[in-house]
Order: sequence, then C-alpha cells, then structure tokens
Amino acid sequence: MALIVKNIIWQKRYMDSLRLMRISNKAAALEGVEKVAVVMATVLNKEILKEVGLLVTEGAGASNDDIFVAVAVEDENRIQAVLDFIEEEMKREGERIKDMAGYAPKSLESALEMMPQANLSLISVPGQYAKAEAMKALKKGLHVFLFSDNVTIEEELELKKYAEEQGLLVMGPGCGTAIINGVGLAFANVVKKGPVGIVAAAGTGLQEVSTLLSNAGVGVSHGFGTGGRDLSDKIGGITAKQCLRILEEDPETEVIVLISKPPGPNTAQELSKYLVRMRKPVVLNFIGLSSTIEGGDKVFITKTLEGAALRAVSLIRNEAFQEKVFTEEMSKVLQLAESEYKKFSGKQRYVRGLYSGGTVCSESTLILADFVPTVTSNMPPRAELEMKDTKVSVAHALVDLGDEEFTVGRAHPMIDPFVRKQRFLQEARDPETAVILLDVVLGYGSHPDMARVLADTIIEAKSLKEKEGGYLSVVASVIGTEEDPQKRSEQEKKLLDCGVVIMPSNAQAARMAALIATRGEIKNRL
Amino acid sequence: MVKEAELIHQPMKVINIGIDSFIESLKEQGVEVIHVDWRPPAGGDSRLIDILDKLEL
Repeated sequence: MALIVKNIIWQKRYMDSLRLMRISNKAAALEGVEKVAVVMATVLNKEILKEVGLLVTEGAGASNDDIFVAVAVEDENRIQAVLDFIEEEMKREGERIKDMAGYAPKSLESALEMMPQANLSLISVPGQYAKAEAMKALKKGLHVFLFSDNVTIEEELELKKYAEEQGLLVMGPGCGTAIINGVGLAFANVVKKGPVGIVAAAGTGLQEVSTLLSNAGVGVSHGFGTGGRDLSDKIGGITAKQCLRILEEDPETEVIVLISKPPGPNTAQELSKYLVRMRKPVVLNFIGLSSTIEGGDKVFITKTLEGAALRAVSLIRNEAFQEKVFTEEMSKVLQLAESEYKKFSGKQRYVRGLYSGGTVCSESTLILADFVPTVTSNMPPRAELEMKDTKVSVAHALVDLGDEEFTVGRAHPMIDPFVRKQRFLQEARDPETAVILLDVVLGYGSHPDMARVLADTIIEAKSLKEKEGGYLSVVASVIGTEEDPQKRSEQEKKLLDCGVVIMPSNAQAARMAALIATRGEIKNRL
Repeated sequence: MVKEAELIHQPMKVINIGIDSFIESLKEQGVEVIHVDWRPPAGGDSRLIDILDKLEL
C-alpha cells in the first residue's frame, strides 16, 4: 500500500528542539505511523525532511517560527489521531517542566524576583533572540553563559564590551560547556576537583582536556568557555583575558590550560605580552598554531588536546613530559590496524569523520593532514583545508555535525543522533570509504545512551559494506569519565561489541584512522 | 580581587532561559535554578521585536 505523506503547519508556535525530538520519537512508535517528524520549520529541517521524503507541497511555505508536523501513514484516517497525540504530548511537555522546575515565570524580571541572588543566566534561545536576552541579563548584573549560536560577531562584541565594563563574563556565544566550582553547565562532564584551571574557546576541547585530566587522576578547579571567536582580532580575547585573570588570582589553581583555534595576529601578540606577566604556568593548545605566541619559560605549547592535558599533569606532578603517539605499545597498535585494513576491498581508502564536537573534528583534521595529501573539513584548522561541499565528502573528509548549518532548529548531535546516523549510512555507501571516525561525547546534557543508538547504524553500515565485498572500519574515542551519567566503560563496551576500534583520546583515534585507511603505509611517520 | 571572580566565590544560582533539559542536570548537582518559560517575543515577528527591544532600552 502506498504511503500518504501529510505536512501540517502550526503557525507561530514554538517549542525547543529537544522537546520536539522527544515528541517525534514517541509519535514514531504509534501504530500505523511509518515516519513522523515534529520540528521547527527551519530551512535546514525542511531540507532534511525533503531528503527523507517527508516534505510535500503544502509544507513548503512554512516559516522559521512555525512548528512543522510531517507524517507518513498508510491509512489517511490515522492522521488526526497522530496530530491529537502530538498536541497532547506538547501539553504534557509543558507540564513536565512545571513538575521539574516548579513555577516557571515568563520573564527574567519575574525570575529575579523569585531568586534575587541569581548570579548567572544560562541562555539557549534561538540565535536571533539570543543577543537581546543576554543583554537583558547583563543589565541585571548576571554573568551570562550563552549556549545559543547563530549570534553575529558584532552582537558578540557589543555584549562582551558591556560585560567587561561591568565586571561580568559572557561565556559564548556557542558556548557548550563550563565547569565552575565543580558545577557543570550545559554539556559538561563529571570530573575531579583539582588544581588545573581551563580556559577554552572550544567546547569539546574543554571536555576532552578536562576528562583526560580527570582520568589521569588530576582534577579541575574551574573550566571556562569563551565561545569560539573570542580570540579573533575582532573580539580580541575579551572573555579569555577575564578568565585568565580569575584563574591567576584563584588560590586553588596551580596550572592553567588555554585552548582555542589559532588567535588573530593582533590578539596573539597581545596575549603573548599578557602571558609573560602571569605567575602561573600556562599550557597552550591552539589547534594548528605553534609559533606566534611567546610567553617566556612558563608557557608550554602543545600539539594536541591530549598533549595539553598530559603536559598539565606533568607540571602538577613535577615530572618530565613526553607527548605520546599511542598509549598502547606500537606493535599492538600495528597489529590491530592490520586486522582492520586486511579486510578492505580495492577501492576503499578514505577516512570519513563524523563529529559532534567541533574542536575534536578540527584537531583530527590537522592530524590527518600530517599523513595524507588531501583532507578537508567544515572545521578547517587552516584555510586551505576547507571543505567545498559540506553535504558530500570527497577524499579524506571530516564533518562537524554540530556546526551551525546542521543545527538550526534541531537539537545538537550530542543529543539528537538523527543527522549523524543518516550521514553514517551515506558514507558507508561510498565505495571509497574505508574508515568512519567518530567522537562519542558523554556528560551532562548529552544523550543518555549514544553508544546504543549509534550501534544500530554501525551494524547496518558494516553489513552494507560487507554486501559489497568490503569492510567498514569504525574508529572512535569516547570523551567522558566513569563518573559521568552514561559511564565511560559502559559506552565503550557497547561500541566494542559492534566492532568499533576504541582509542583513549581523540588524537590517538585520528592517528589510528590514518594508519588503517593508508593500510599501514604511514607507520614509519608516526 | 577582580570583579569577575565573584562568580567563583559565590554559590551558583542560575536562571535558565531556553532548553529545559539543562535544569535537570543542574538540579542533580544541587544548584538552585529557575527556569523561564521563554517564548519568542512578539510571536517571532522580527520587526516588532526590534521595536520592542528599543523600547525596553
């Protein structure tokens, strides 16, 4: 029986993407429903719906501020029941919040009346509204954690200049994580408390470094996010400098780690002057840059996020430092790589990275670029590595699916695996794909069981490749700790059980992917 | 002490505006949090929002 696809637009209604995802998942389980999606009607979501055959003519005119319901059923009479179910669930979601949060006021002003000592506002409204909300919070004397992205750099500058004058922080925009006094905000891991302070213009960079530190037995005093553009010359590192000042004064912090994309040339110069005056040692990781920062004998530049974490550990413990290529013995690493690549068919030769974290995606791109002639990414650490078409991978290609273009009106891929699962199968169908490289990011805010939901797709993709007479190698690193709600060892086990090669850090996963895809050719260059 | 450092010397009290899942993890960590039931201002009409924002300033 042919499927009937209907689009229903609920004009001028809003619900955040996470709640809509929960509702979509529940509606998909209803009897007689083939496919269903409840999303904000953004351009991106409409594109995705089109790809999966859920966009029909009546839905084309829906706009950003509408809720879009797309449903595919065999029996047209089921549609009304599905819509009623969704309406009911939307009501229930509203009540769920009331149960969890108690009375939820409609405005910041009313919230402040209820909690006059509030000191931070966590803002995650859609980008076009974010600046106004953040400015309101700053004017009320609140520090701002700005999770929202799609905020312009001009808006960012205006917010940060005002905040600096008031002695307030704007962490963001696009700030994914912070750990303040042991409290994790948004996507943060449960890490040990300790002597390393982190300033990160890179969310997953902070997660990777803080978890590697914690797993090595060294804790974190505070970890601040600054937003990815903070060290650009336009912003000039306003937030990063404020955070460095806080950590320099903080008696609990002994070593500071600063992570960012390469700073703008003027900001790099200014930062160098700033770092020279600091009393505490600073470990820098600028994903791709090593030369333009000078800060004297207390500044340590590392190539990778793992290197930054291990360098901080060695400083705390007063031990000699050596950056490791692999934790495991090289002979075992080579053996494992061989057991993967010997199953490839002739055409298979490329690494395809499907990331939920931008910084780790960028780091992997840089690592791969050392070993293979052509690698591109939508998170290029250098301009010449920029991917031309982010929707179609060519040669070695690494995509950050958490980038703004993939998240307008959708939950982030650390929460919602849909876009990554689709792309996973797309890559698996490409006869030249040899290795799919992944990050699985745990912690507060992230999906409660990402390994399980990815496992179905991994198994499907591997069997697709086998039918073609090849073998799909999947390499991953799990960013997290045993104390995280998802428990690192359990997530790793689920991935191992479906044939994934698990590496202890993102950098090592990228090297392993390169080693496998090149069939061991690069072993002497590691 | 730099003024910004007050944040690390006071108990954190959060006003959450937007994604409600963030409240759950803050509550689990024992943080006081109030959730604002946010809706796009002026029903998402961007011209009207600009006008309203100017009025509020």
